Amino acid sequence: MSADFPADSVGLVSPKSMDFDTPLKLDSGAALDRFTLVYETYGELNAARDNAVLVCHALSGDHHAAGYHADTPHKPGWWDNCIGPGKPVDTRRFFVVCPNNLGGCAGSTGPLSLNPATGEPFGPDFPLVTVRDWVETQARLADALGIECWAAVMGGSLGGMQALQWAVDYPDRLRHAVVIAAAPRLSTQNIAFNEVARHAIRSDGDFHAGRYYEHGVVPARGLMLARMLGHITYLSDDVLMAKFGRELRDGKLNYGYDIEFQIESYLRYQGESFVKRFDANTYLLMTKSLDYFDPAARFGDSLAKAVARTRAKFFVASFSSDWRFSPARSREIVRALLEADLDVSYVELESELGHDSFLLEIPLYHEALAAWFQRIAAEGTQA
Amino acid sequence: MSTLREDQLSIVEWIAPGSRVLDLGCGDGALLHHLQRERGVTGYGVEIAPDNIIRCIARGVNVIHSDLDRGLSDFDDASFDYVVMTEALQAMRYPHQLLRDMLRVGRESIVTFPNFGHWKCRLQIAFGRMPVTEHLPDTWYNTPNIHMCTIRDFEALCASEHIQVMDRRAVDTRHRDSRAMRWWPNLLAEVALYRCRRQPA
Repeated sequence: MSADFPADSVGLVSPKSMDFDTPLKLDSGAALDRFTLVYETYGELNAARDNAVLVCHALSGDHHAAGYHADTPHKPGWWDNCIGPGKPVDTRRFFVVCPNNLGGCAGSTGPLSLNPATGEPFGPDFPLVTVRDWVETQARLADALGIECWAAVMGGSLGGMQALQWAVDYPDRLRHAVVIAAAPRLSTQNIAFNEVARHAIRSDGDFHAGRYYEHGVVPARGLMLARMLGHITYLSDDVLMAKFGRELRDGKLNYGYDIEFQIESYLRYQGESFVKRFDANTYLLMTKSLDYFDPAARFGDSLAKAVARTRAKFFVASFSSDWRFSPARSREIVRALLEADLDVSYVELESELGHDSFLLEIPLYHEALAAWFQRIAAEGTQA
Repeated sequence: MSTLREDQLSIVEWIAPGSRVLDLGCGDGALLHHLQRERGVTGYGVEIAPDNIIRCIARGVNVIHSDLDRGLSDFDDASFDYVVMTEALQAMRYPHQLLRDMLRVGRESIVTFPNFGHWKCRLQIAFGRMPVTEHLPDTWYNTPNIHMCTIRDFEALCASEHIQVMDRRAVDTRHRDSRAMRWWPNLLAEVALYRCRRQPA
């Protein structure tokens, strides 16, 4: 079976799961008595336990970052182009861990899980979680796996924010932070987009104040709208124009509200397929976590002070056409790291593909990542 | 292994061990790599070409992707011992503003540039053509060097900007100097190397 997968793939993988029964106090003040994290690992943890890389997922991601599941043998994990033997994060050298975040809908404890207090799914009663809460759960996972210090914590977008938060909350537990297409906190416009997405979901008649499971429905129209809006912001004007232009599906105008332009067809397809795989309550919660992210807030609004305790080395990257988290936002992070006298390298990569670039196999981007991870590996053998 | 250009080798001795260096237009990071290993220097390179940035990363040199024509606003005042710029001043949009910024960010600045006052340049101008030499091989329409200056021009700028020249070396393209070159640097030197600081008030 594994022979069917590409040679540079980690091949067939299956998720693992870890239960934690020490109560978790959340930023919001709420607490969870127990929780479960679903995660995947690729590669082998070495004897020194110093080759582990934590991969953090973004808004709509999950623990399936690389390789193939038996039931979807043609669809690799979301960052498969980056993780595998011979790929930038080379699984012949590194032990990669990717968990599904708390509050997610892919197996970790979240709104779909049963609330022990009621025996029903949490739904809207699942507490709001923050990036700090995620880092705390990931640290517990590291403890359970016997990983004292990550060789690197990495992620793009919301995943990059987790890597940054790691350096703030556990300054001694990572040697490198890889922060891609991220921001030190959301802009007003970012929050505004998230609010439109949330409003679309919450105003759907099938939302039932978040208790749609009990009614046997999902707020499909609202979630679809949220995803359509999100998708527009993940891509650039140029790439949409290049990909779809003003092409008409039927080759002529029909003077009606059915699909006419190809972009309409594309967005509806993206929205519909998202509804099949994602939970609306999780989407709401994830966008809130984005809005709340602000690691400098506890340090007098100084990101430099927030990261001052770490000695981690940072790799920061942005993409020229990303207007969701633009290069200027990454430069804010870089400036804080410079102010804190930390080791940092920064590259702004030319790409027309917008925010989604971080998921794509862009040659210079992957060369830079590969160079960075080779440097990590070389430092490891020197130590 | 890092191979340093001749002008880079010459300035290494100007840099005190253990100091903090910002290298503007650092290329593949060879100078900083050398300084890190041989002199225990820390710091960052600034570079605009992505392939060079990747080379810096590969050899473990901190590098910040930036366009020097947009200044050094990412860097705090007096945050470096030396701000170095080798063979790039003449390609800047506003060399005088960048010089000011270099001395804002660093205690000292080290600058090297091709001397346009060299007799080969003067001779070609005298015959009515823009100079093309071994050291300046580009023609006027495709050269990145948009702000060529002579040794006397540079020192005049330093005087008007209240910049104190602490060290000067005037050399040929093989980075040899001679007694004649020390007497008539502006006529005989092809490359000028300067170590400067703000004039004490």
